[in-house]
Amino acid sequence: MFELVVFSLLNGLVFGLLLFMLSSGLTLIFGMMGVLNFAHAGFYMLGAYLVFTVTQHAGFVPALVVVPVLVGLLGAVVERQGLRRVHRFGHVAELIFTFGVAILVTEIVQFVWGRPAKRVEIPAFLDFPLFQLFNASFPAYKAFMLVVSVGMFVFLFAILTRTRAGLIIQASLTHPGMVAMLGHNVPRVFMVVFGIGCALAGLAGVIAGPVLGTFPGMAQVLGSIVFVVVVIGGLGSLSGALVASILIGVVQTVAVALDVSIGSALAAAGVVLDPTGFLHELTSVTVAQIAPILPYILLVVVLIVRPTGLFGTRET
Amino acid sequence: MSKTTRVLSIFLVLAAVAWLAPGALSQEPIRIAYIDPLSGPFAATGENGLNQFRYAAAQINRAGGVLGRKLEIAPYDNKVSPQESLIQLKKVTGDGIQFVFQGNSSGVAHAISDAVLKHNQRNPGNRILYLNYSAVDPALTNDKCHYWHFRFDAHADMKMAALTDVIKTNAKIKKIYVIGQDYSFGKAVAEAAVSMLKQKRPDIQVVGNELHPIGKVLDFSPYVQKILASGADAVITGNWGADMVNLAKAANDGGLKVPFYTYYAASDGITAAIGAAGIDRIRLVHETHPGNPTPPKALSEYITGYRKLHPKNDVNQPRINTGLSMLALAIKKAGTTDVDKVASALEGLEFTNLGGDQVVMRREDHQLQMPIYISVHTNKGIVHDLDASGFGLSLEHKIERDKAMLPAVGCKMERPS
Repeated sequence: MFELVVFSLLNGLVFGLLLFMLSSGLTLIFGMMGVLNFAHAGFYMLGAYLVFTVTQHAGFVPALVVVPVLVGLLGAVVERQGLRRVHRFGHVAELIFTFGVAILVTEIVQFVWGRPAKRVEIPAFLDFPLFQLFNASFPAYKAFMLVVSVGMFVFLFAILTRTRAGLIIQASLTHPGMVAMLGHNVPRVFMVVFGIGCALAGLAGVIAGPVLGTFPGMAQVLGSIVFVVVVIGGLGSLSGALVASILIGVVQTVAVALDVSIGSALAAAGVVLDPTGFLHELTSVTVAQIAPILPYILLVVVLIVRPTGLFGTRET
Repeated sequence: MSKTTRVLSIFLVLAAVAWLAPGALSQEPIRIAYIDPLSGPFAATGENGLNQFRYAAAQINRAGGVLGRKLEIAPYDNKVSPQESLIQLKKVTGDGIQFVFQGNSSGVAHAISDAVLKHNQRNPGNRILYLNYSAVDPALTNDKCHYWHFRFDAHADMKMAALTDVIKTNAKIKKIYVIGQDYSFGKAVAEAAVSMLKQKRPDIQVVGNELHPIGKVLDFSPYVQKILASGADAVITGNWGADMVNLAKAANDGGLKVPFYTYYAASDGITAAIGAAGIDRIRLVHETHPGNPTPPKALSEYITGYRKLHPKNDVNQPRINTGLSMLALAIKKAGTTDVDKVASALEGLEFTNLGGDQVVMRREDHQLQMPIYISVHTNKGIVHDLDASGFGLSLEHKIERDKAMLPAVGCKMERPS
């Protein structure tokens, strides 16, 4: 039981931090634009496919650097040439624009790389069990994912709070008019923030591709969860995104380990239900079975109880 | 060139033209619909299936086609969604196609089977035939059976009976974990595993019986931890597509070293993903000779020809050849593409498949009767590898046709008068 708890928590943490890498960019961009960027998971997918190609020619380590930069540059171009023009027509136009980009990215990726799933190898120097506990082992690659995500968070946090550039970014998000008056180029700040957000999504694609698979449906599968994270954490809040990511990561992995259902809980309390009763289907569903929909249940509950999200300041 | 050879060669050319002209070239092809996922998470599986259908059709066409006509495969993308499949089926009937092959997902198969039955009841002059090459929920030929559905793969219970026969002889196995996708097929596998193990090896404890959502799980490591914690000696799973790859990956990463008894843990990237960690550990129950260690000649040639066209894909469903060839044979026998006559010709039809086995379409429930194989994932003695990985499946057990046969339970078939 002990190793089950330890490994569930570790796996939850790894998955949660991966979610954070995606949601941090998304939440920053939301803080800036005031609308959700639907194309965000598309940049994650692009990162995963680019790493497939770059790894074949140059290996994994160069890919780790090159791919986020490429994805970030592409993001900056999308902001400069697309979003900035659409911005004039209001939030609805922006929302529809990112929605269109999301579909385009998914289709273009399939057009370029084809529909079959791609196999991205875990680099050989990280392909070994890091430690063993009883008969279970923890792969080194997951520890690497952990280190990269934490490193990224520390780096981002340091830049935002400890540097001049960070101060200007923070000020531009909340008081764009004032910052512009002081002589800063606010549109360029927005472009940089959008680019960095996309680069983070690309980085998430790079490190997640070898573990979670590189296939055409990947943006769709992860995209919806990332929105849940951002809303639960509070739109625009970086620390909220961190807490919500880890919360969802841990909840999802721990729930899988729980074979408890309403029926079995009642049975433990002494109430035995009729197995032919008409609610039997519902009472016999275990927590493990509903693990993948738990984040959405959490989303609904948070929106009802605290519409601003855990750490947010605005209504969603 | 002498005068006689010139005359002779002209004569030969004329003869060739005369032979070709009235035959395969001049007539409309017989179109056959293929409804399976060509986009989304299971696109890889669907696309390889389509390639195998086209290859099988090309072989039949090269041998002169059917009734002097060529076979042509028309693909329809259903994204493994039952709703989408029904829309595609409407398109199929709209395009005037009478023969429909589908295989991925029993959930989809039930939807198509129901729709085909309804369509045929309403349109007696314009019927269609549903040829199921891969959806193995036993209900499709048991209580849900009908005259217009034919299955060319062994159903889940037949495969489970074969698997449990093998597990029965392995005294080391005391605890088994069952994990599968949460839909009709996954449930059928789990139920069959539990009931058959109870019957054949009452001392074996089923320590886990898990269903997870199909195509939705990103990371299988929590499930692997659960299997490890349960202390299982073996795992039974019916997972396929991305769900099988990711389960195998997570098992490797998590250090889960027990044997896996599977239905679909081969090819489509799975064999390559499992790699060395699966040697002598992953076993597969399937319907035609695996091609190793000593492949039958016809199968060997077929695989070699396919790999030349598609170096990265495998002939992982030889039943596609069986299904299409038997349909072609039935059309020939009926002398027409009229669905009623073709269906009646398919009943009881015998055929020698690529592996050299004699198979027969049972009249009673339209379930093809065939021997069942259990093979092991290895790199020793592999003639035909999978995923171009050097690894492949090697024959361990063969359960003969009469031993693999299960009675049809609750199939009451209404035949057209």
